[in-house]
Order: sequence, then structure tokens, then C-alpha cells
Amino acid sequence: MKDEVITREERVANLKGMGCSRKRVEDARFTQGKGNYVDDIKLDGMLFGDFVRSPYAHAKITNIDTAAALEVPGVLAVLTAKDLEPLGLHWMPTLAGDKQMVLADGKVLFQGQEVAFVVAEDRYAAADGIEAVEVEYEELEVLIDPFKSMQSDVVLREDTVDENGKPMDGAHGPRTHHNHIFTWEAGDKDPTFEVIDSAEVVAEETMYYHRTHPCPLETCGCVASMDKVNGKLTLWGTFQAPHAIRTVVSLISGIEEHNIRVISPDIGGGFGNKVGAYPGYVCSVVASIVTGKPVKWIEDRMDNLMTTAFARDYWMKGRISATKDGKITGLHCHVTADHGGFDACADPTKFPAGFMNICTGSYDIPTAYLEVDGVYTNKAPGGVSYRCSFRVTEAVYFIERMIEVLAIELNMDAAELRRINFIKKEQFPYTAALGWEYDSGDYHTAWDKALKAVDYEGLRAEQAQRIEDFKAGKTRSLMGIGLSFFTEIVGAGPVKNCDILGLGMFDSCEIRIHPTGSAIARLGTISQGQGHATTFAQILASEIGLPADSITIEEGDTDTAPYGLGTYGSRSTPVAGAATAMAGRKIRAKAQMIAAYLLEVHDDDVEFDVDRFVVKGAPERFKTMKEIAFAAYNQAIPGIEPGLEAVSYYDPPNMTYPFGAYVCVMDIDVDTGVTDIRRFYALDDCGTRINPMVIEGQVHGGLTEALAVALGQEIAYDEMGNVKTGTLMDFFLPTAWEVPNYETDHTVTPSPHHPIGAKGVGESPHVGGVPCFSNAVQDAFRAFGLRHTNMPHDHWRIWKTANELGLHG
Amino acid sequence: MIPAAFEYYRPKDMAGVLSILEEHGDDARVMAGGHSLIPMMKLRMADVPHLIDLQDVGGLSDIEISNDTISIGAMVTQHAIIDHDGLAEAAPILREASLQIADPQVRYMGTVGGNVANGDPGNDMPGLMQCLDATFTVVGADGERRIPAREFYEAAYMTARDDEEVLTSVTIPRPSGGYAYEKQKRKIGDYATAAAAVQIVKEGGSCASAAIAMTNLSDTPIYSQSAAAALVGSSVDDAAISAAIDAMLGDIDPTEDNRGPVAFKKHVAGVILRRAIERAWSRA
Repeated sequence: MKDEVITREERVANLKGMGCSRKRVEDARFTQGKGNYVDDIKLDGMLFGDFVRSPYAHAKITNIDTAAALEVPGVLAVLTAKDLEPLGLHWMPTLAGDKQMVLADGKVLFQGQEVAFVVAEDRYAAADGIEAVEVEYEELEVLIDPFKSMQSDVVLREDTVDENGKPMDGAHGPRTHHNHIFTWEAGDKDPTFEVIDSAEVVAEETMYYHRTHPCPLETCGCVASMDKVNGKLTLWGTFQAPHAIRTVVSLISGIEEHNIRVISPDIGGGFGNKVGAYPGYVCSVVASIVTGKPVKWIEDRMDNLMTTAFARDYWMKGRISATKDGKITGLHCHVTADHGGFDACADPTKFPAGFMNICTGSYDIPTAYLEVDGVYTNKAPGGVSYRCSFRVTEAVYFIERMIEVLAIELNMDAAELRRINFIKKEQFPYTAALGWEYDSGDYHTAWDKALKAVDYEGLRAEQAQRIEDFKAGKTRSLMGIGLSFFTEIVGAGPVKNCDILGLGMFDSCEIRIHPTGSAIARLGTISQGQGHATTFAQILASEIGLPADSITIEEGDTDTAPYGLGTYGSRSTPVAGAATAMAGRKIRAKAQMIAAYLLEVHDDDVEFDVDRFVVKGAPERFKTMKEIAFAAYNQAIPGIEPGLEAVSYYDPPNMTYPFGAYVCVMDIDVDTGVTDIRRFYALDDCGTRINPMVIEGQVHGGLTEALAVALGQEIAYDEMGNVKTGTLMDFFLPTAWEVPNYETDHTVTPSPHHPIGAKGVGESPHVGGVPCFSNAVQDAFRAFGLRHTNMPHDHWRIWKTANELGLHG
Repeated sequence: MIPAAFEYYRPKDMAGVLSILEEHGDDARVMAGGHSLIPMMKLRMADVPHLIDLQDVGGLSDIEISNDTISIGAMVTQHAIIDHDGLAEAAPILREASLQIADPQVRYMGTVGGNVANGDPGNDMPGLMQCLDATFTVVGADGERRIPAREFYEAAYMTARDDEEVLTSVTIPRPSGGYAYEKQKRKIGDYATAAAAVQIVKEGGSCASAAIAMTNLSDTPIYSQSAAAALVGSSVDDAAISAAIDAMLGDIDPTEDNRGPVAFKKHVAGVILRRAIERAWSRA
């Protein structure tokens, strides 16, 4: 047999299993323009729907006249809230336990809000129809600032107050004001305050993590097709969680779930933007039901930036206490969270501020207290986790800034302050003051490796020289050394505490091995560019001994894929990846019995070896997985069912906690505010590494989005609630030109509870990158008295910092 | 982002263009590369029922260089400018500036004529052409007119060109001396936070003549004669440069936008002009 002449190493290599930098199988179609995105879907008789949107941030709607629009050639219908009300669809539930207008019900709460849905024969007629809809608005006082909103007599949401105008309880408890959504607490208030109030050293800082947007290259959209003959609704869309969308559609439409098929085709990036349910989906479904024809809705770029799912917008006030020699004793964080006009945050139900309570970071902080107040304003709803697990970017930014501020207070090196406060290797599993149990970590090793790689001491010496030269008038450029050490919390999550709308956050994999030794595996997740078809096949290759190239991975069709909660929060590898490994192990268990039968030995007398089962102690006697697969279909084996299939639903016992150490070296032109990133070093520990090349790609992408957010990307409003950054002219999306060279590195600390020890990586670089870039800017000015300045660090804001520090003479 | 319906014309000659313009007046607009007009139409901020594409009109894409002058057809793209070695030798500031406009994809389509004719204060070429003392040739029903770039711009999107005239070429006296186009922008593809075009002639260690123009710091490009005057006769030392900057700051009138407040823009304008003068002087 040919197999016998190749070595074991060659057999391992042939599988292209875990640890192999296998080229992405998706790229053949993506690089040739052969992807199939939602807007590529064209169906016979398909109509196109689009929205009349509010030009005002807060206004009463006194009249909507659709007569002229209905005269526009090609326009078939114009839906308003009045049309949806009899169906109970003029409002819809949000993922955060609030509800949201599908179409403006008497008023609008943010600029760009959906007012009417024009259905036409094509998108051109729809655009003309939109122009012809006449809406009369009566402007109301606009509340943009959450602090002013909490003081204002203006009631943004009449549905949140009773007939006497008193605020009623919300989904997460009592409201303290009619524009207040919830208060969420973690940790121990009084003990924390006692520790801080009696501490030797306390540092306080208020920071604003500005509103931004995930801005995937492909905007949101869908095609709804109601087949009135068989009663089945098919919904293609840019969904990060297709099964959850199916259940939500069923719950709000009353269509039985088996009659709904949701398909996520190729998705051009999500980053959290495509987790939630949007009015466009509901209106397309209704329009298809009304017209009996397929209806497509696709956002344009401005719609996307202005209306679907912003991220961040957290005002964070912190106090951190320490001993004189730098041992941290307590942490207090208060957040005022601006949620816009509706609370549409995409978080597990019991966590209205996501996992913000990971804000003790990578440090052994004995006492901590967090409180978050959610507030309504006249801004777009959202609050999604932009390339991070739920609110983890905010949490890590907060603690990594507080560490820097404390270092200033202590007059201590910030790298050293981190080192003396890291959770120690032997403390894992570590239960943090705010409740999470960190599964594993080795922070000191990672930190030392990172600092050595960049020659940290040398960088500080160079910086000191630069400061001297600057003061002597020899240069106008300052040098910043940005540090960050982050711990992510990903892989939501254990069903006991993680659900979305009551749906437990497990995930799934179903495998079918074909007779000739190839396979298809289907998962409850959906790739948006992460490369699942590549990496999940590698997990299986290692688990079941068939080459990755012989394994098809399929996701996104709810009629064929097993139920799962989708892809976001770095949960695919921690949850669906675990399900894949577990399903693979079921395959292997059955294969072992078949192999034993074929080899005429007891089950326990064979063992798995790369791509085969061998008789223990007699490696020349074996059956390859390919042979076993065929046997499963052509042999009548006593006591064993024919076929070779398995399914696994995996409920993770804990979250996973990837971590990393990043260093950024930046030069700053004090006179123009222009930054030049000279060096960026990123060490990631994501546990077991499935595909190093894919990991590196993920790190590059996440760092680039971190650079964007830290240095300029924002959704800004003027006082009237007009969006000032609604196009890519003003909304910063970096190109290759703005992006530095990244140096990647790693340590490997496997997750002890994950079947293959993997932790997830897609979001780590964003979580760790934002504070690293920001700290570099702030560090450059530390010697001149800067304590903290808010992001985004675009040219004029950096210039302003320099100006206020008196550096312009 | 879908424009209102419009008629699309693609005439083969200028007579065809002019007759459509005459017929439809304000309702017709010519389009060169389309990078300014098409987004405005898609945003429905520009209503153009009759759109005249100049692509097929012959004779608008030539670059001619003589001993004294350079002539650039209105449909010459920024890419073509960058790619033209003779032009790079005759007026190197054109290549230096063009490389700072948008990105390669835009420069394959964006034209000199569209850039200078539209009157967008963010465009780089108007200030550049003022610095180079270019003359624009426009043609209308009554024939050709020649308008100096320094007299062309009246306000944002308002120029000396009549609605029924088409800008056909740009003529530049062949520049001499040192040059620099210095631009600060937030990212590739952005308009300038501040930009400066500088040409300086050096004779016997002092500045014999100079031209300075600033971009995106007023509702028109700013040709700052007083800034240039501050350099002439000097050795372009620190005092002279500071005087030029002070003079320039008296001429510009920036407004606040997402790039920053007025004080910042003025400060950056000064820094950018200083760098442009220093680089131009080093090349003079």
C-alpha cells in the first residue's frame, strides 16, 4: 500500500490539520470576485424597498402624505407605521429587552430614523418614490448629551412613563428618570469605597470613549421572499446569527419556525454591526407578504453609518487606589452609557452593559465596584460590540488608562506597575473581584517577552533623549511608547448565565462522513471573513484523520445547519470550534469500533494514529479513516448502525480568556498633530493555535480597526443631532497607506476547559490595540504634564493637547 | 445614493457640447472625470437633468510643452500628469501635487479641467494653478475666452466661467526655480487640512521672485501676493519666512469643520507654508 511508504510526519502534513498555515479556501472565490453576497441575489419579479428617513433628530410627525409617491412610475406601495400597526409590527423587540419603532410611530428620535418604506420595481424607482413622500415634522428639543438628558424635563420615550408621567420599570429594573434605561451593578460598593477612601494613593480620571461604528465593507441588507403557495418565508440577509434571526422572525411575525428559512450567504464583514434585527428586515418581510413578491433592501453607506448599530459611547469615571509602592487595592468605575433613542444593545440578556465587569483587567485587584447607567438620547440605537466581546473594548480601555494615570500619580514606570499587579500564573483559575473566573494565563512571561522584543529600556532611553532635545529646541517631534496588556473574555457562553432572548448561547456542529472518505460539517456559526471554512476543517482533520482539503464546511442556512447562536464576540472557535472537536470525537469513537471489527480485535486494542486506527503494538496492522468510512457504508457490522455521522451541541463550562501584550512606538509632530507609528509589536496568547496565518491576518485586521478608532474614527453629532460623520470622507476608514507594519508574536497557554485548548483571537487585537495606540499618544505628552486626553487622537485634538500644554510657545 | 433621472449625452465634438448647453441652459452640466459632480448628484444636492459627458470630445487630452509655455487639455487626468516625464521636468510641482490628490483609482479618472473648473475650495489644482499663474481657456457660443487662474475663483463653486461655457485647457508659463506642494490631510483621499503651493526663483542668494497659493483655507483658493512679496529680496531666512506666514494668515479665512477649529487650521497653514517655502528654497 502506498500509505506504508510515507512517514508519519508526511501523514500529519497531508491532513493540513491544527497548527498548519493552510491557505484560506475562501480566497479563491473572494479574490476573483466570485463571492455571493446578499446584493448578488436576484430573484424573478424581485422588488426593492428603501426608507424615507428623518432629517431631524427629535420631532413629532404630524402627517405623512404618500399620494405623490404612489404616482411615481414603478412605485407599488408605501408602508408607514399605520400600515404595520394592525399586524402589531410597528414596533419590534430589541435584543436588550427594550422595543424599537420599525417605522416612526408619531415621532422620530434620531436623525435617519426610518419613517416610511417605499416598495418599487427597482431601486431607482424606490429612490424617486422616497423623494416624493411628504412628511410634516414638528421639531422637538434635541437631547444629545446623556448627562443633560438625565436632567431634562423632555420625555424622549412616552412609552416608558405611566399616565402621570412617572417612569415605569424597564427590562433591567427601576428607572431613576424618564430618560434613564437601567442601572447595572457588579462588585461590592461599600467595601470598595472604604478601601479607596482610606488608601495611600488614589488616582481619579474621567474618560469618554467616543461613539464609533463597525462600518463593515458590505452594509446591512436582506431579501425576503414569501411563497404564498407553500406558506414558506425565505430570508437571505447579512446576519451574524441566522438561527436567532429565524426565531425572532417567528416570534414577532407569528409564522411557524419550520416555515421560515434564513440564509446568510457570504458576508462582507460584520464586526457586530450585523448582530441585531433592523427595521429593514421587518419591512422587507411585510412587503413580501403584502405583494407576494421577493423584496430586497440594501443600506447605502450613509444609512449604515447613521442608523444601524453604533459602538461604544461610554462616559467612564474611575478611581483606582494603591499602596505607595504600587500594589493596587481597589477600583471603582461608573459608566454613563449613551444608548440613543432605543436600547438596542446586543448583549446577553442578563448583561445590559455586556461584560464591562471584566474592567479589573489583567490585574489582581482585591476589591472593585462597577455601576453602569444606561440613558436615552436623540442618537441612533445600537451599542454593539465592534470587534470585541460584549463591551470588553471599553473595559480594557478603561483599566489600561487607569493604570497609566495611576503610574503618573505614583511617578512610576507604567510597565513596572503592570508587572507588580498582574495576576500570577499560579493564581489561575482566578476569580476576579467582579465575578469572572479567568481560566488560565501566564501574564508575566508574555509581558517580559514583549518588553524584551522591543528593547523597552532602550526605547525609554531614546525617549528621554528626545524630550531633552525637544526642550533644547532641536526637534519638534515627541516620542510616545504605548503599552497595553489585555485580557479578553470571549466565547459566550455558558447557558447557565448567557442567553439572548432566552436562547442559550451554546453552539453546534453536525458532521457527515461520505463513503469515499470525504466529509461535510455544518455549524451554527457564520463566517464574515474569519475563514471558518479553512480553520474548522483543520480542527476536524486533526480530530478525525481525514485531510482538511476533503472536508467541506457549511454555515448560514437554517434549513441545513444545526441551531447555533452565530458569530460575534470571538465565540466561534471557543464554542462552535469545541462542538466541532466534540462531534469529531464521536465520529472517531464509532470509527474505532468499525476499525476493531475490520481488524478482528477488541475495541480497546486499537488506537488512533493521525489518519488511522492501528492495533496496539502492531503498527503494521491498521485501517485508515478512509477505509473505515467506506466500511461504515458497505459492511454489515453487528451492533453498529450503518453510516458515519455525528452532531454535537456544546455548552461551554466557562468563557475563555485570551490575553496579549502590545507595544506601540509613535512619533508625534507637535505643530501639526500628525502621528507616525514607527513600530507596533503584538504578542497574542489565544491558547492552542489552529492556523497561524489566519491568526496573523486576524491580528492585522483587528489592529487596523483599533488604529482607526484610536486615531480618528467617530460618529459625531452637532447640537441639533445632525450626524457630522456620515460618509467615508469624514468617517475614518484606514487604507494601506495609514497602516503601519505590524510585528506579531505569541505565547501559548491553552484553555484548560476547551476540548482543543483554543481561546479565540479575532477580537483580541482590537481590544488590546485601542488602548495601546491611545497610550502611545498620551505617553508622548506625559513628561509635559498630560494626565489624560480623550480619543479619537486626530490631528487637531493632538494639536489641542500640545497647545494646552504650552508646547506651541 | 441614487441620483434623480437624467438624460445622458456623449457628443463627439465641442460644437455638440455647446449646442446642448445652449438648449438646456442651467439644466445641463458638463462632466469630465465625474468625481465631484456624480457624488453631488447621488446625494441629490445637484439636480442635473441633462448630463454631458466630455469623454468622446476630441482634442482635450493633449499635453504640449514648448520653451515658454505648457498647455494641458482639460481632460488630461491626474494620472497622466504623474506619468508624463516631460511635464515632470518642465513643471515638477505638477507631479508633486498630483501625487497628493486622492488615490490612484481616483487619479485615473480625475481630470485637470474638472478639478479647476468646479470651484470646490477643497480641490488642489486651483491653488496650484494660481501659484503657477495659469490661464484657463473657456469656450462658449461666442467663442473662446482666456481667464487668469488668479481671477477665476469668486466663491465656493462660483467662478468666472459662465454656465454655458466649457473649460478646455490650462496654459502655464513654464516655471523656473524651486518648487514645493505641501499638504496636510487626515488620510488618503481626503481634502487638505491645509496645503501650500510655492515657486521661488533664487538669484545670487536672495529671492528674485516667488508665488504662493493656499488650498482649502477659504471658500476659494488663496493666491497670497503679500506672502510672496515678503520673501522677494530676502535671503529667505527665518524672519522672511515668518513675515510671509503672517502675510498669508492675513489673506486666508478658514472655517471650522471636522478637520478642526479655525485656530488649528491657521496654525497648520503656517507650519505647512513654512515647510513648503523651505523645501522650495532648498530646490531653488
